[in-house]
Amino acid sequence: MIETRGLTKLFHDKKRGEIRAVDNVSFLCKPGQIYGLLGANGAGKTTTLRMLATILEPTDGTAVVCGYDVIDAPEKVRANVGFLSTATALYPRLTSQEMVEYFGRLNGLDEATLEKRVDELFSRLDMNSFRQRRCDKLSTGMKQKTSIARTLIHDPQVMIFDEPTIGLDIMTARTIIQFIRECRDRSKTVIFSTHVMSEVEKLCDVIGIIQSGKLLAEGSLAQLRQHYQEQDLEEIFVKVVAPLYAAQESI
Amino acid sequence: MSLRNVGIVYRKELTEALRDRRTMISTILVPLLAFPLLSVGIGTLATFLINKAREETPKVMILGGDDSPGIAAGLKSLEKIEIVPSLPNWKEQIVNKDIRAAVEIPPGFETDLKQQKSDTVKIYMYEGEMKSSFAVDRVDKYLNDYRESVVKERLSSNHLAASMLRPFDIQQANVAPPEKVSGAAIGGFVGYMVILLCLTGAMYPAIDLTAGEKERGTMETILSSPISRMHLVLGKFLLVLTAALGTAALSVFSMGVSFSALHHFALASGGDKGDAAQLLLDLGPRTVISVFVMALPLAVMFSAALMTISLFAKSYKEAQSYIQPLMFVVIIPAVASVLPGIELTPKLALVPILNASLLCKELVTGTYHWNYIAIIFFSTCVYAAVALYLAVKMFQREDVLFRS
Repeated sequence: MIETRGLTKLFHDKKRGEIRAVDNVSFLCKPGQIYGLLGANGAGKTTTLRMLATILEPTDGTAVVCGYDVIDAPEKVRANVGFLSTATALYPRLTSQEMVEYFGRLNGLDEATLEKRVDELFSRLDMNSFRQRRCDKLSTGMKQKTSIARTLIHDPQVMIFDEPTIGLDIMTARTIIQFIRECRDRSKTVIFSTHVMSEVEKLCDVIGIIQSGKLLAEGSLAQLRQHYQEQDLEEIFVKVVAPLYAAQESI
Repeated sequence: MSLRNVGIVYRKELTEALRDRRTMISTILVPLLAFPLLSVGIGTLATFLINKAREETPKVMILGGDDSPGIAAGLKSLEKIEIVPSLPNWKEQIVNKDIRAAVEIPPGFETDLKQQKSDTVKIYMYEGEMKSSFAVDRVDKYLNDYRESVVKERLSSNHLAASMLRPFDIQQANVAPPEKVSGAAIGGFVGYMVILLCLTGAMYPAIDLTAGEKERGTMETILSSPISRMHLVLGKFLLVLTAALGTAALSVFSMGVSFSALHHFALASGGDKGDAAQLLLDLGPRTVISVFVMALPLAVMFSAALMTISLFAKSYKEAQSYIQPLMFVVIIPAVASVLPGIELTPKLALVPILNASLLCKELVTGTYHWNYIAIIFFSTCVYAAVALYLAVKMFQREDVLFRS
């Protein structure tokens, strides 16, 4: 479970002054659910997810992940979270197996459990053919599978995906989408950020629309359609963000 | 503190470093090759050139002396010089290095000797030129011996003892340790090299583990794992330190082996030790260990400082441009220690890098000032601790880790 309460993040920029990257965001994401955070570039999706993964510390407000507060117990939060984004690259000089084992050890797995988990994951994700290959020699698809195995090695209860399909070819993106579904089916709490409408339509149980750091709308796809009297998600999105987007552009 | 996590990070970083060609070159290859090339290379070349210059039979011209056949014949009989016929352009010939020296014997030299009149024999040479000075040494020695023999003859003809004009002898004897004599010339240079190699050995891993990680996009990956940033930075720091110490150890080892090999070679080949002594060092295990121990806190300081600076950079290239000025900060005090006349004082013992460099200079010359050793070791440890503290703090700053 993820619960954010007034989550806020300010950045200081020499030229632009204070920037409210995330502004008083509160939402709830339950186990067995996929929460989709939908927003344009720079809307605050990545900063929100980085705060949930305790990579960044909130300026104000907080979030509770798997019962642990992100400010008080960041290491416990991370031990229960699998974080995947296109920015989470692999160590080029480690093999696929070494990469996954490294994160298993950092998550406190003992050697016997680690060996079992690695064998299981590599078979499940069909990775045995390249387990001894160095990460810099892997194809994009193989790299993504290794990243998935890396996030799953400690069997986390919460999965955070930050635009995981951006820049990937269709086949690799499908693998990721399938993997996100599987996480839900295994009753994990899943939060997923994107600006691709079709992915949200296909995957998300709850959608949160974010712009300028503010959570402007939230609900299931059906609820949003009813509320905004639009069938097309893109039209709904434009309706929601247009006022703030125009104001931001004028600045 | 969980040492397990620090160990996990260290093992992983070590695996990656061992697979990185750049790190291997700067940590292993450069220190192993630097001293053999410097000592054996330059030392052998210098010894070779000196021996070659000595083996050459220099051409010497006698100017005048037609009425003094005795001295001319004496010079001609010298084995290691070749007397060439006198020519009017002798000066030009010396400048052009066709001949190495010219001896001018004044007219009526031998007659004047018999009449006990004083004359001056002049030797013309090319000052600063080694082969010319070898020729002059030989001629000078002959003339001195000749003058001595004339003096002796005169004393005996007057029934006087030789000690009449030489009431006592003067003898110089060295009491400084042999390594001190030989190390005086090169001692400071050795400290400088060890310090510089310590820095260069740590440089690539420090950049690779910080800015390199940012550039490759693995920083966010590792930050999403449960490891605390303190453990992460310590694991990384230990790897950079290993590289710095590995480089220092290999360079000190290579230095010890190279200089003793060269020393034995020089003695075994029967060469005159005095000639090449300025370039030779006979380093015992005690010296080698002392230099390494002094390099320890310095390696800690370099590793932490390099990590702090390169973490601030967004990319490998940016980190390199930040580190370049640091090279000067290290090189200037290290070079200053090589300058003649700069010696350890209580104030200089507190100046980082310069103090260790000066101490290395003393250590290789066999001097152990324990007070200075304690001050320098302790002060460098304090600087190292400050640098490490800054590195840990830097790893906790979001604006540094996610600088864009």
